Amino acid sequence: MRQVTENDLEDLAIGAAVLGTGGGGNPYIGKLLAQQAIREHGPVTLVDTGEVPDDALVVPSAMMGAPTVMVEKLPSGDEIIRAFKLLGEYLGRPITHTVSIEAGGLNSTTPFSVAAQMGIPLVDADGMGRAFPEIQMVTPTLFGIAATPMALADEKGNTALITTVDNRWTERLARSITVDMGATAMIALYALTGKQLKESMVPGTIGLAQELGRLIRETRGAHGDPVSAIVNRLRGYKVFEGKVADVQRRTEAGFAKGEARVDGVGGDAGASLVLRFQNEHLVAIRDGHIVASVPDLIIVLGAETGEPITTEELRYGFRVTVIATPCDSKWRTPAGLRLVGPRYFGYDIEYVPVEERFGAVVRA
Amino acid sequence: MYEEDKTRMRIGIDVGGTNTDAVLMDGQKVIAEVKTPTTADVTSGVVTVLRNLVDARRLRAGQIQAVMIGTTHFTNAVVEAKRLMPTAVVRLGLPATQALPPMVDWPDRLRKVLGGHVYLCHGGHEFDGRHISELDPGELRNVAEDIGRKKIRSIAISSVFSPVNNEFEEEAGRILEEELPGTMISLSHQIGRMGLLERENATIMNACLRDLAVHIVDAFHGALAEVGIDAAVYLSQNDGTLMSVDYAKRYPVATFASGPTNSMRGAAFLSGRLDCAVVDIGGTTSDVGMLQHGFPREASIAVEIGEVRTNFRMPDVFSFGLGGGSLVREDGDLRIGPDSVGYELTSKALCFGGDTLTTTDIAVAGGLSDIGDRSLVAHLDKNLIKRALQLMEDRISASVDRMKTSAQPIPIVVVGGGSILLRDRLAGASELIKPEHFAVANAIGAAIAQVGGEVDRIFSLEKKSRDETLEQAKQEAVDKAVAAGANRDTVHVVDVEEVPLSYLPSSATRIRVKAVGELQLEAESVAAGN
Repeated sequence: MRQVTENDLEDLAIGAAVLGTGGGGNPYIGKLLAQQAIREHGPVTLVDTGEVPDDALVVPSAMMGAPTVMVEKLPSGDEIIRAFKLLGEYLGRPITHTVSIEAGGLNSTTPFSVAAQMGIPLVDADGMGRAFPEIQMVTPTLFGIAATPMALADEKGNTALITTVDNRWTERLARSITVDMGATAMIALYALTGKQLKESMVPGTIGLAQELGRLIRETRGAHGDPVSAIVNRLRGYKVFEGKVADVQRRTEAGFAKGEARVDGVGGDAGASLVLRFQNEHLVAIRDGHIVASVPDLIIVLGAETGEPITTEELRYGFRVTVIATPCDSKWRTPAGLRLVGPRYFGYDIEYVPVEERFGAVVRA
Repeated sequence: MYEEDKTRMRIGIDVGGTNTDAVLMDGQKVIAEVKTPTTADVTSGVVTVLRNLVDARRLRAGQIQAVMIGTTHFTNAVVEAKRLMPTAVVRLGLPATQALPPMVDWPDRLRKVLGGHVYLCHGGHEFDGRHISELDPGELRNVAEDIGRKKIRSIAISSVFSPVNNEFEEEAGRILEEELPGTMISLSHQIGRMGLLERENATIMNACLRDLAVHIVDAFHGALAEVGIDAAVYLSQNDGTLMSVDYAKRYPVATFASGPTNSMRGAAFLSGRLDCAVVDIGGTTSDVGMLQHGFPREASIAVEIGEVRTNFRMPDVFSFGLGGGSLVREDGDLRIGPDSVGYELTSKALCFGGDTLTTTDIAVAGGLSDIGDRSLVAHLDKNLIKRALQLMEDRISASVDRMKTSAQPIPIVVVGGGSILLRDRLAGASELIKPEHFAVANAIGAAIAQVGGEVDRIFSLEKKSRDETLEQAKQEAVDKAVAAGANRDTVHVVDVEEVPLSYLPSSATRIRVKAVGELQLEAESVAAGN
């Protein structure tokens, strides 16, 4: 158990963008919200999964909606309280903890405002170990935990409580309610017990995000190589180093899809790497061959700065290092791969873990 | 007596941090150029350059028809947190947005100077145009009373999604003005883009500069009067267009970063290239920007000014620490910059008899320039000179490459006093151009500026076709340019950008259109010229 203060969130937001694998939403607003909540209500208590009693009632909290709207229509601040109250009443028990559903990007920091305002501890874990675009794409889904009952609240005072037959229906209904609410909503969903949390979620990812941010900051301060520091910490591999040569984007069914081509430099000179993304990076293709794919993390870092670069920021001329790191083992089961494997995203290939692809290569 | 068609004479002035540059232009021709140190008081430096120009050409002051001024005064005021006025911020959006009140991300130092007077009120729109809540005139009158009691004379008003629908900001402005006659009002939809905090920040900056704007404009008028010039005065905006002094008094933030913009526009004019990269090499740093259709490409991400995030239109400029005064060191590795002797070049550089090895010395020793005394750098190692020249070229070409949007070689225009550092070739350049008058490209950019109008908001394509919507946006931009002082016959659309929005129903699209035209000089001055 430890206290997280306003200043800790700077590192955390940077590290969360690393785990965001190119997507996950704008962490700036999330960071400000969390900092403001901590300023008003005091530091947040972060507890390890082992410290959560088996009978605890843990409710993940998140922001849902269009990133373009989130930067314009800011929250009122009490949405999540109303969503929690509604869900707590429906469940008939007090909510004891909150947790992040998505450690990558914006929703790494969202639960901090909840924990600060409600005065409940935040569990150091999340439901992805990275970022993914849809509600059902969380490890609790693999353990039969339902997303609903789910509460949604907007800033006007509207709340909605939905129950659905499966988690894909949750995604659908929640998406349309969110649009009606004005394209942003605070959500409380996937209520689970402490016991369920321990078996179904990815532990330690909030602390990990903070550590990654700190590594980048400190390594740069010491004129070291932040990219290698990140690769080592995440037990990953340097996949490619080069210059962004082309970026194409399109909006399809509400998602930012596209691809970026990176032309190699140094040891990768003469080769090129194509990154395909749907909010997050899905596959990395080197000279026509897939060399990394979801659910492993494909992360683009500034070659010198080690700063994570989102798919929205990617531009011709950026010098980048593409790294791939192993996803949580829960995603590597048949059920996990059905939910978030390459085939779900339209790539007809077998998933091969990044260690098997790069294991023979000298570790960076 | 200088015999020229006086209706076409213009003076362009660029007041920078170090130097004040000025040019006299007759139509498209540069007649004279002057450079003097910038002075602490606004007037005397401007008087000096004006006197020099007028005297040099034995002009009658009455022959000048227009004076265009680019200035860094306003940017510096924010960066230094000096001469800013107490400002009230009224945000319309309740019950939304309370979690992050106005100025939440400002440094304490600046917030204190402005007073931290923030008011959250009802109003605001959803992304699709619905109201978040209705405007409450009674609530605004109470706010006005409080502002009046605190004797605050400048108000920034922001409203959620005001770039899509500005009705609430306009209405709130009317109510506050009615209650507080003479108060200066700045509306966010006229200043920034999508992104409430960043747009609001830009609006607050504008509001706190309003007194200073009046002061600076008066000082410019005073300088002209002192020299006896009775001409129309315009200020440069950061998109490369002009604004009238009346407009400048209301929108001082529009001058932010007009220096690099003027440089780039001047480079385009001097080289005749409308699509190219411009490298402005100064004494300490170099700026790289991209020209598209003769205008600077704008930054697409938030830009920090005085540690505050803003999102108004700014030229997309990449700066790096290489200039004519950069230090050259050889300690194992060859290092150039980022430290520089700056304005002390003419006393510290070897070729001027100083004891510091600078990039200018390398250029002189390498035969690229003959300023100073070449014999003082004759002892430099040939190999060092060669490597240093190559390193500078590599860094400049890498910086240009970073700004390019494709691998195609493009024309590169080099301006600024540090242009001498470059040979006549550069990797990635289809041609390398060092135009005449390169040292005053910024003042030329000010002198040749046009007048523009811009539209940037989200349009719904539900009721109108895409073509009709684009046509409507273009017409709005043209009308805005004319309203800003452009001659309607010369106005044309220079840029159209369409951005479909992710996660939103497909019928919403963001359209940016920009139109520009030649300045319509006032009827009486044209008549006086005949």
